[in-house]
Parts: sequence; C-alpha cells; structure tokens
Amino acid sequence: MPDQVGKFLAAPMPRSHTWLNSVNAWLLLLPAALLLVAFTHYPVIATIYHSFFIANRSGNAVFVGLDNYRAMLEDSIFWKVLFNNFWFAIGTVPTSIALALLMAVWVNRNIRGRALLRLAYFTPTVLPMIAVANIWLFFYTPDYGLLDQLRGIFGLPGWNWLGDPRTVMGCLIVMVIWKEAGFFMIFYLAALQQLSPDLEEAAAVEGAGRWYTFRRITFPLLMPTTLFVAINAVINSFKLVDHLVIMTKGGPSNASSLLLYYIYEVAFTFQDSAYAATLTVVLLIILSTLALMKFGYLDRRVHYQ
Amino acid sequence: MNHKTHPLEAIVAWLLALLWLAPLAYAFWSALHPAAYATSFSLSAPWTLENFARAWHQAPFARYYLNTILLVCMVLAGQLVLCTLAAYSFARFEFKGSGIAFALVLLQLMIMPDVLIVENYRVVGAFDLLDTIPAVALPYMASAFGIFLLRQTFKSIPNELVDAARVEGAGPLQILWRVYIPLARHTYVAFALVSVSYHWNNFLWPLIVTNSVESRPLTVGLAVFGAPETGVDWSIITAATVMTMAPLLIAFLLFQRQFVQSFMRAGIR
Repeated sequence: MPDQVGKFLAAPMPRSHTWLNSVNAWLLLLPAALLLVAFTHYPVIATIYHSFFIANRSGNAVFVGLDNYRAMLEDSIFWKVLFNNFWFAIGTVPTSIALALLMAVWVNRNIRGRALLRLAYFTPTVLPMIAVANIWLFFYTPDYGLLDQLRGIFGLPGWNWLGDPRTVMGCLIVMVIWKEAGFFMIFYLAALQQLSPDLEEAAAVEGAGRWYTFRRITFPLLMPTTLFVAINAVINSFKLVDHLVIMTKGGPSNASSLLLYYIYEVAFTFQDSAYAATLTVVLLIILSTLALMKFGYLDRRVHYQ
Repeated sequence: MNHKTHPLEAIVAWLLALLWLAPLAYAFWSALHPAAYATSFSLSAPWTLENFARAWHQAPFARYYLNTILLVCMVLAGQLVLCTLAAYSFARFEFKGSGIAFALVLLQLMIMPDVLIVENYRVVGAFDLLDTIPAVALPYMASAFGIFLLRQTFKSIPNELVDAARVEGAGPLQILWRVYIPLARHTYVAFALVSVSYHWNNFLWPLIVTNSVESRPLTVGLAVFGAPETGVDWSIITAATVMTMAPLLIAFLLFQRQFVQSFMRAGIR
C-alpha cells in the first residue's frame, strides 16, 4: 500500500520541484490538520464566540456583549472555585515536588533494593484517577473508613472528612500528592543521572557535608528541572477533576470544586452552555499563560546550552 | 552515588515506599477478602474471589473491557498514522506556511481537548457521533504531542540514509516507511505506552460523551457501578476497582523500565 501511494506522490529532488514538494507536505499534513481544526481550533474560537451570546426562551442565541462576563464577576461560585484552584495548586505542587526530589535522590543512591523503591514510588502514576478516588474514598468514609478506625484506636470520635468544608480540600490534596509525586520523581531522576559525579566527588574531597553539597551544588543544578516540573504541575492542577465526580461532586457547598469541574457542572448539569463557554475562556487564558511561561523558559534553556 | 547512604536514611526511604504502596495493598486486601474483613486485618482472614465474581455479574464489565480496548486501539492507531504523516511533513519538507502550521499544531499542547469539553461536545454532536466509541477517540487522534515527539526524532535521522534511499528510487512515502519509521522505533514505543496509559485511565471526556453500556469505557463503568446511590458492597466496589486498573498495572510490573523511560522521554521532550 505505501508503495503505490508512494509512486503517486513520487517526489524527486526537493529543490527542482518546490511546488510539488509543498503539495506533498500539505497532503501529508491534511488528515491531522482536519482533526486539529475540528477539535482544537474551531472549539477555541467557538468558545470565545459563544461567550458573547445567551439562549433566549425559544432557544435562539442572542448577542449580549459582555453580559456573561459581568455575570461571572458577580458569581460568588466562580470566585470560590478559582480560589479553590489556587489553594489546590499551593497545596499539591510544592509538596509533591519536594517529595519527588527526595524520592529521586534516594532512588539514585545505592540503597538496597532501589528498583523496588522506584517501583513503589512510581506505581500510583499508572493508576486511573477514578480508581484512586474509589480507594481513597473509603479511607475518608466517616466512622467505617480506615482513617476513622485509626482515630477510634486513640478514642477519638468519627469525622466526616469529605463532608466538612474545613477538611475536604486537605484530604483531596493529600491524595493528589500521593498520585503525582512519583511521576515528577522521574524527571529529577533523569536530571540527576546527567549530573557529573565529579562535582559530588570534588565536594566530598573538599570536606563538604552531604546536606551542604546538596544545598549548594545539586539543588541549584536541578533548578531548570524544578521550574519545568513546577509549571507542569500547576497546569495539571487545572486539568485534574476526575476524582471530584465520585468523591465530593465539588461539595460540600462548593468547598472542593475546581474551575474545570464547575465548567462541567454548568454545561452538563445546569445546561447553561453560554455561561460554561464564558468560564472556559477564563480557563483558556490561564492555561495559555502557563504554557507561554513554559515555552519561554524552554527557549531560554535551549539558548544557554 | 559515591556517598554511603546512612542506614537511617534508607529506613526512611523504605517507610515512605511502604506508605506509598499501602493504599494499593489495601485495595487488594479488601477485594480478596469477605466484606466482614474490609477493615479488620487478621492473618486468619479467609481469601476469596467472590467479590470479583459478584462485581463481574452485577455490571457488564466484560463489555466495558471490550469498549476500553477498542477505544485505546482506535486512538493509538489513529495517532500513529496521523502523527507520523504530519511529523514527516514538518521534518522533511520545506514549504510555505510550515512555521505557522507548526505553531497551530503546538497550540494543542497548551489547550488540550480535555478542557474544551463544552464545544467538543457540540462538534461530536454535529457529526452525529454522541454515545459512540469514535466520539471518545476522535478529539485525541491528531495529537500535537505525538507530532512534536516524532518530528524531533525524524529530524535527527542522518540525511545520508535518506539520500541513499532516494538514489535507489524510493519516493517520499517509501522513504518514510523504510528509513524514518524503523529508525524511530524507540519514540514509537514511548509514545504508545504513554498514549495507552492515558486513554485507559481517561475519564471526564468519556463520561460526558458516552451514555450507554455499548460505548462506556471501564473508568466510566466503574464510576457508574460504584456510585454511593447504588448501595453496592464496599468489597465488591474494590474488586471492580482492582479489575479496572489490573491490566495496566500488570503491564507496568512486567515492563517497568520501558514505562518509566517512556514517561520520562515523553515528558522531557
């Protein structure tokens, strides 16, 4: 099959037939381009477009200018979920990065059975978030759940961990740290393996302690990895909502809801697609800003190399 | 690696590893014992596969498995073909607008289909595909990530090999098939592992577009089955949870090194 199509597209030397080259190139690109337009470019434009309309009673779209945005700024739930997203990121990102670094340093050492250690740390990464949520849901179940059974040993009463606005976010943050730290570990591991062992040796010869060597040599050298992982982790914190569907549904009273989950609720539970589009625009702005930071930083790293 | 690890540090590292394995170990414990032992850990607890049998009979998990396997294969096959062609176009040809086209592809790296749920639902609806497996798969097929990864690999392939093939009279697609694809084997393996893991585990988009047993993947099936309203026994839900993650977990245990390296290669780029 490829041979036949190959003859059909038969392209000789690139310079002599530039237009044929272009045709070939675009033909190769076409299938992917069609799907990208249908499921990325068109939806982005449509999202922005629909955020300026509302559906009236007969179901027709009416242009309302910035009304949806005005309504959004007055929507206390919008601010709540944005705020939640902020705390979710603050809660998950630094801790999972610190743990990831610690894990990588250990796995990179001559600890007995380090292959097993790496396995233990990395395993949560390959599990579906929905399965993880199911398991942890049981830990947090009031009275009957594992956490309350542990409290029971110390004579403490049961606690509705996910039902209390004060504890629900913390519970979800702990679970997500468990899920993600092992994934970030492998980036540190890759970076550590590229560091020259001479540096550590030299430091050891100079009589520098382990902690000093880590703080003054290893950690600064790992800074690009830390930045890379941090931006990725923040982006993840805006995409990760699977667990909310079965653990809390964003509750109690939106205490655990996140922006993407709120968009899902508005679009598919409240059926208000115009407002969902407006909220999506905010999410798109946040994600693009983060991505530009990432690309900007990556470019710089390429130049310095 | 030159330093001797302090024994205390090794102990802490191991404690953390045990802590990290505990939730999973707990899931297996609960799935493999009668409901009465779900929270009481005793060495004399009888082992049983009853929970798995009951979960299997109470919900159409066989069908969910089939759906997930079809979904994962469909996504991967689409990605491999589309991304290979597109990456080849960017890596091999100099054409007008290639810079802009590539930037438009990269846009999908920042705005993944996962966040465009509202409009993508309309697009899938316009194609009359709601509640089908292709509806779940289509938005992910033209993966910017795959195109980017393969383009990088293709660009690193020496020109001499391409020229040699051309001298023998090979056309562009023959060159792709005989030179580029065989030399990018490692990238393909890495991309395939990441893609399969991602789509086996994916949840929100399939939850939105599927609404029947015939199209629902395992993750959505598990969520429907385990919803608190259904009042299903905890041990049976855990058994279903274990069933959902088992295939990927087993693959991971068997090919641990490839998995870790693939995720690393894919993540760093």
